[in-house]
Amino acid sequence: MVIEVARPRPLWQILFSTHHTDVALLYLITSIVFFMLGGALALTIRTELLTPGTTIIGDADLFNRIFTVHGTTMLFLWILPFISGVGNYLIPILVKYKDMAYPRLNAVAYWMAVPGAALIWLGWSDTSWMAYPPYSTMRAAGPAADMWIFGLKILGLSSILGAINFIVTILKCKHPDLPMMKTSLLVWAILVSSLMTLAALPTFTAALIMLYTDRLGVSGFFDPARGGDPIAYQHLFWFTFHPEVYIFLIPAVGMAYELIPKFSRKPIFSYGSGVIAFLVLSIIAFASWAHHMLATGLTFTEKTVFMIGTLAAVPMSAMHVFNWLATMWGGRIKFAAPMKFVIGGIMLFFTSGAGGVVNTTLPLDFITHDTYWVVGHFHMMLMGTVSFIFMGFLYYMFPLITGRMYSERLANVHFWFTFIGTAVVFTAMHIVGLYGMPRRIWDYVPDPTIIVLNQIASVGAYLIGIGMIAFIILLIRDSVKGKPADMKDPFGIGEIYYDYRRREPHH
Amino acid sequence: MVELVISMGSHVIYEWIYVGVVVSILIWVGAEAWYGEKLLHEVPKDHITIKVVGQQWFWTFEHPDGKREVGTLHLKAGKVYKFEVTGKDVIHAFNIPHFAVMIDAVPGRINTIWVKIPEDAVGEYLIQCREYCGLLHYNMRANLIVEA
Ligand code: HEM
Ligand SMILES: [Cu+2]
Ligand SMILES: [Cu+2]
Repeated sequence: MVIEVARPRPLWQILFSTHHTDVALLYLITSIVFFMLGGALALTIRTELLTPGTTIIGDADLFNRIFTVHGTTMLFLWILPFISGVGNYLIPILVKYKDMAYPRLNAVAYWMAVPGAALIWLGWSDTSWMAYPPYSTMRAAGPAADMWIFGLKILGLSSILGAINFIVTILKCKHPDLPMMKTSLLVWAILVSSLMTLAALPTFTAALIMLYTDRLGVSGFFDPARGGDPIAYQHLFWFTFHPEVYIFLIPAVGMAYELIPKFSRKPIFSYGSGVIAFLVLSIIAFASWAHHMLATGLTFTEKTVFMIGTLAAVPMSAMHVFNWLATMWGGRIKFAAPMKFVIGGIMLFFTSGAGGVVNTTLPLDFITHDTYWVVGHFHMMLMGTVSFIFMGFLYYMFPLITGRMYSERLANVHFWFTFIGTAVVFTAMHIVGLYGMPRRIWDYVPDPTIIVLNQIASVGAYLIGIGMIAFIILLIRDSVKGKPADMKDPFGIGEIYYDYRRREPHH
Repeated sequence: MVELVISMGSHVIYEWIYVGVVVSILIWVGAEAWYGEKLLHEVPKDHITIKVVGQQWFWTFEHPDGKREVGTLHLKAGKVYKFEVTGKDVIHAFNIPHFAVMIDAVPGRINTIWVKIPEDAVGEYLIQCREYCGLLHYNMRANLIVEA
């Protein structure tokens, strides 16, 4: 926005704009703000768990609300809007089109996210992000739970509109001289994850309505006393949200593909294998949802089928990692912040992938399911890999957005604190899970090992907190005062940068 | 699709070898898991059945002779127990971490799981709830007392 700072436009012009870079900017700022808010909640949780008994949160009710809002925020108000932000900035540029296919719909999708976010943060529900009935239908207090349901409903609709817009922009508005096989893998990533959104999300959207009518007492879909079944909700929920975890991951993978060849100064090892891995994964991802339900009393056959479906998706992730390492191999790597975050993300990807395999390996799931092990697993993935690559990509886009260069020194502080912190917290969580510590608990058994592991995890969280403070300072200071960037090749890697003139709004 | 495979180019062979290795490891892991689960699947014949009910926020146990216990469960070392688990209000999960016993307590369903308590396991163990069930979920614990 420096171009904004240097040549300021009135705020309302950005707010009411439908131009893709303006909508993108709104998405990015919103997502970063919620990343910080969600992070503050996480630090509160870790502080409460620093000692057994009450530490800072007086009662379990508040604690339950905090982890619910933390989880919901990170998934729907950090990861998803960030993807939309990057997609909005770059997809029109990468497919050589003047804007998104439906600019007005684009702005509508963004503005729908605002009331969605408000409902979640004002409601302050205690259902957990999965909102399993009968707790969510019969016991959870209103209006918080109702506001959560409506908030997610609106965010879901906004995601669907965004997905349609990306699909049409990529497939219909791409420049005729640019064949699909010559586009950036980031374009493929956004295309595939948008298609998956369209296939996966409606199921959960329907389940939300069923939750709501059950709450009103006019239906009993999930109430055994009225012939319903609470497990049905879990099928509907995970049919959406197992694919959704790949909807979070795939755009990050696409961003890594965008960065790694540039910062290794080598072409991608195998473009085709990247595309194949995306396409195959987008289908197989729909065959594993019940690995989240292995303890609900599935039959032996069901468990076997879903274990196979889960394991079948792993080679695709392995192919991406191979592709990245092979691209870096023998390259002249420039270790600027974007590349550091990507490499850190790849390292943590191994841990979380291996942890995931343990989760689905049938008898072992009874040890890990619903313990802190699972919390460690998916945070290693969503913080360690997805958020790391996102932060790296934000550094890469920094000159595009602001016209200025960030301070590499402060970015280094951000990276190392966050990287070490992330490795420490989530490794400690895996281990304390093996000691049987359940997730979502305000207080734990005062066993010496469990106490120490929790304290290690909390210290790791504080390290991340320090890293994030460096990040915020950098973002604010350098977008106002950073050195003007060389817009042809801001990172000095001999690569053509994005065409920055495109961010001039056309009215 | 043909286009795609061609574009994978000449280095294709390394990648396929690598994918082959990954797939073999996964097949091995999957087969071991399947076999292990199959062993656990069959409940030994001479078991004793305990009915377990979870509700906000305590556990009730019923022995075959009709004797009921709340918050404490007495079992005998060296015996095989089958637990028939259900929930009364919301979903809970019946968990004895020490013996890796874990199954959801779902209203309207009865889930079963079994365990053989070793001969030398006399002592006290923790029973806890592992599925989020509201306010006092963190404290939904019971005592398992294994007697000789
Ligand atoms: C190697 C690939 C992966 C495998 C084999 C895998 C497997 C699993 C399994 C079996 C569970 C259920 C654990 C349980 O509740 O007992 C799980 C949970 C989870 N996974 Fe993964 N996973 C993989 C990759 C990912 C990725 C890429 C993401 C996200 C980007 C992810 C996000 C999650 C989340 C959010 C949960 C827990 C949701 C919750 O219970 O709140 N996983 N994973
Ligand atoms: Cu999953
Ligand atoms: Cu519980």
